[in-house]
Amino acid sequence: MTSAPRAVPLAASAEPPAVFAFFQQTAAIAEIELKKLIRDPTEVLTRAVQPVLWIVIFGNVFSRIRAIPTGNVSYLAFMTPGILAQSVLFVAIFYGIAVIWERDLGIVHKLLVSPAQRAALVYGKATSAGFRGAVQATIIYIVAFLLHIQIRWTFFSILGVFAGAMLGSAIFATLSFIVACLVKSRERFMGVGQLMTMPLFFASNAIYPIAIMPHWLRVVAYLNPLTYLVDALRTLMIGASQSSHSVLANFGIIGLIFVILAAIATKLYPTLVR
Amino acid sequence: MSTSNTAVTNSVEATVPGGEAFAIETFGLTRRFGDLIAANHVTLHVRYGAIFGLLGPNGAGKTTTIKMLTTMLDPSEGTASVAGFDIVKTPAKVRRMIGYVPQMLSADGGLTGWENLALSAKLYGIGRAERKRRIEEALRFMGLSDFGRKLVKTYSGGMIRRLEIAQAMLHRPAVLFLDEPTIGLDPVARRSVWERLLELRANFQMTVLITTHGMDEADELCDHLAIMHLGKVAAVGTPADLKASVGPGATLDDVFVHFSGGTIQEEGNYRDVRATRRTVSRLG
Repeated sequence: MTSAPRAVPLAASAEPPAVFAFFQQTAAIAEIELKKLIRDPTEVLTRAVQPVLWIVIFGNVFSRIRAIPTGNVSYLAFMTPGILAQSVLFVAIFYGIAVIWERDLGIVHKLLVSPAQRAALVYGKATSAGFRGAVQATIIYIVAFLLHIQIRWTFFSILGVFAGAMLGSAIFATLSFIVACLVKSRERFMGVGQLMTMPLFFASNAIYPIAIMPHWLRVVAYLNPLTYLVDALRTLMIGASQSSHSVLANFGIIGLIFVILAAIATKLYPTLVR
Repeated sequence: MSTSNTAVTNSVEATVPGGEAFAIETFGLTRRFGDLIAANHVTLHVRYGAIFGLLGPNGAGKTTTIKMLTTMLDPSEGTASVAGFDIVKTPAKVRRMIGYVPQMLSADGGLTGWENLALSAKLYGIGRAERKRRIEEALRFMGLSDFGRKLVKTYSGGMIRRLEIAQAMLHRPAVLFLDEPTIGLDPVARRSVWERLLELRANFQMTVLITTHGMDEADELCDHLAIMHLGKVAAVGTPADLKASVGPGATLDDVFVHFSGGTIQEEGNYRDVRATRRTVSRLG
């Protein structure tokens, strides 16, 4: 038991090329998060209840009163991509709590003292948030199937929806990560998290079209990343009639937002341990 | 401060990587937080292969000093080199040369011991074949071979600490930093951590810098000590020298009281105490 490891030259690990190291480190962080998610899926599964309630209760009532103009698609079909985007938002926006928890445990300290690129740590976390987005997409498809909601079931639309849900999850998790780096305590984070969720959700096209909003709110909605996510998901799930941009344009916008948020998070991450 | 440094400075001899004299050298290392000076012109010289203890009450500046040396925190003033690399100019190089075990229990309880080690190995760029060999070796060395596939949340406090040291050692760092490595551990577990550290030093000529509250730990484990008080280095020397400097028959407790002007438990703010209690409660 006490036989020591064979001595090797100090710090023998050679530096691998930066790009290769970046992908390896990103994958390493994402992998452990995925392992933990599979080992204890309670959280993800309880999170599935909310979107189901929105569609089954809210959706059914509102499609009955026909208060919201949705053209030639049913209100249930109209809101389904919106509810997917919403559940992605709600799951991801509290991701920062885990980051603060890891800070209190010293895990963040250990990661930051390692030679891992800080950007890789952020992208690894974002990727793991993406897995949660994929779980939400799966749940929405199951609900849509069971309720016979009229959505598209083609391979490419489903692939696009999963990509959108994962990217959306990465965006809001990274936003949450940034907030965590700024507030640094769980109590304050809970307050800010609640504060962000409602405006992001209601000042968007998730459950009603932007056209029915007053002018000032439309401006807010167009500054909201959720709007572009919903727009993309809506085209993919029910066709372009209720969307304002092409899928490609929407993905371009949310992709750019993600890259910017990730750059900010990378800059702020080291401040968590100061 | 200047006179008390001589005990260390006189013993220059080691020359391991690159021919530098010291594994850690700091020059007037200072960190301010607003009006508070957490570390005040800290000047230290730590020989290669030494086990060096930073002693002091909570809030004395030990953790701030470690944070600067491990590149988590930029100094407000002064500089330092670790394993021959400047902490301000080349922090990325420093990070490749060091291992770090934070005061809190930083192993991930939701993962197995093996998975925790594999994560470290990947972040340090250790290749697949080498990774497996080193993880097996590390688990065996730390007496954890039978627990590699068990979740860390089922480990005892001493096992977690040994796992964390194994994690920090996997890439064979030149300098290992440990912040309160035995806090909250029972005497048997503490001793087993000390034994492992002494053995690692013997096998790898590794330099170890620890912070501690434990006088017995400082006495038995450390070759050299620096006593910190209010952000400053109040005294440096071997445990024997320090005791002799206070008077005949003095214990390390006497030395501590002499240089820090109080007992060890009195100071520290709410946050320090909360962090310590949390660590202790997790160790069960």
